Amino acid sequence: MKELRLMKGNEAIAEAAIRAGVDGYFGYPITPQSEVLEYLMAEQPELRTGMVVLQAESEVAAINMVYGGAAAGKKVMTSSSSPGISLKQEGITYIAGAELPCLIVNVVRGGPGLGTIQPAQSDYFQSVKGGGHGDYKLIVLAPASVQEMYDFVGLAFELAFKYRNPALILSDGAIGQMMEKVEISEQIPRWTNEEIKKMLPWATTGKTPDRPHNIITSLDLDPNKQEKFNHKLQAKYKLIEENEVRFEEIQTEDAEYLFVAYGTSSRICQKSIQLARAKGIKVGLLRPITLFPFPTERLFELSKQVKGILCVEMSAGQMIEDVKLAVRCSIPVEHYGRMGGIIPSPEEVVVALEKNIL
Amino acid sequence: MTEELIIAGFGGQGVLSMGKILCYSGIVQGQEVTWMPSYGPEMRGGTANVTVILSDERISSPIVGVFDTAIILNQQSMDKFEKMVKKGGTLLYDSNGITRHPERKDINIYRVEAAEEAAKMDSTKTFNMIVLGGYLKIKPIVKMENVVAGIKKSLPERYHHLVPMNEKAILRGIEIVKQIQKV
Repeated sequence: MKELRLMKGNEAIAEAAIRAGVDGYFGYPITPQSEVLEYLMAEQPELRTGMVVLQAESEVAAINMVYGGAAAGKKVMTSSSSPGISLKQEGITYIAGAELPCLIVNVVRGGPGLGTIQPAQSDYFQSVKGGGHGDYKLIVLAPASVQEMYDFVGLAFELAFKYRNPALILSDGAIGQMMEKVEISEQIPRWTNEEIKKMLPWATTGKTPDRPHNIITSLDLDPNKQEKFNHKLQAKYKLIEENEVRFEEIQTEDAEYLFVAYGTSSRICQKSIQLARAKGIKVGLLRPITLFPFPTERLFELSKQVKGILCVEMSAGQMIEDVKLAVRCSIPVEHYGRMGGIIPSPEEVVVALEKNIL
Repeated sequence: MTEELIIAGFGGQGVLSMGKILCYSGIVQGQEVTWMPSYGPEMRGGTANVTVILSDERISSPIVGVFDTAIILNQQSMDKFEKMVKKGGTLLYDSNGITRHPERKDINIYRVEAAEEAAKMDSTKTFNMIVLGGYLKIKPIVKMENVVAGIKKSLPERYHHLVPMNEKAILRGIEIVKQIQKV
């Protein structure tokens, strides 16, 4: 039997990083994600795998360390919470523009500004619509349990390297701070320099006479070349949309109404389904696991089956825009959410469903 | 079986670690568990609470608005959580520091004088284990052997010599818990 541990979501991210054979973690403390860095510092992975853990002097420094490590073909990551992720945006768009794989973890807290340290989901736009400047996309994974916090670290790196694209885990303070049972995976060895040279011909592994210079940059002053590069990026994003959509459905088979929610909100909705069904309301849940790419097609199919959708988010309503686009405004789509660090109760979600959709 | 429980009191009373031990015991017993703390600008002496769910099935929401059981260890928590116990549910409290005893007529009420007992046993740090004992008497959802295994799992090995003392405190809690109201 595999090893089971009781862990916080943040600790699960950290342990998963060590086990996934990550080469470097660069971070800066901020509530509610500080346990990622704390766990890694206490665990001393340099003794286990040789992984580097470094507390940078700022968030900006941390993301640029990630940029450098990723350019060399290393598995590198950073984590922060909302205000810190805002600081990292310049680095993130440069990394996307240089087509480098890496992992960024956002344990979201309420905003705007310094906001609060309590959980929120108000960074959806920032995560899937850019955040930094330019036409770029991140691969965005939304865990809904501590086990998924653990599992998505490996998955994020797999996708990031497959597409040479930064991946983001969009979590929140509730999943970061909560403890659940986690099944621990086997240790994956870190890649050797020889393996990196062989697998990643683009990486800056040291110029040898048998190949031209590998240049990592996000700059091209020739607009024709820059447009061509943008087309290449867009083609990559289309490929990701075609191949990497992930979602979970709960009790949608006979559903007349639908919740759409990710992360913590999706857990609350699962309880709301039990409460609503006890009252005879046939409601199901579509939980996007990838926020980019978004499960647009499946939502459109479901819109032909259900009478209305309640989008539940701990925000003023951000993902709801993508839900409305997906169902092409063919059925009513309403928002229910709480803001500023308040988590809605399963009971109030049912009331919102009855009031707004039924 | 699904038990949705809140443990609430002062920071430093061992509220969070009691929840953690309960979760570890549940894992040893093969259950699904969640442990959701109130986190925030809290400090020693401030209020602390944790929502613990143990279930034989996949757990939906780790955050709930009503509880099967509330374990209440200070007045602020009594004011906040007495009303959040399900009708027919259970409230367990320690009267130490309580100025207003529970008033609901539609719930089962138990009292465990854990603070007093811990002082008598000359081990104030096992206060939370006495409370845990009281809870396990009312709701034996995890077996005693799994609780001991849970304590071992949640304590670093250098503290394992304290396990028997904690076990003793749990057994004492089982003995001294009293039913105040039955519905």
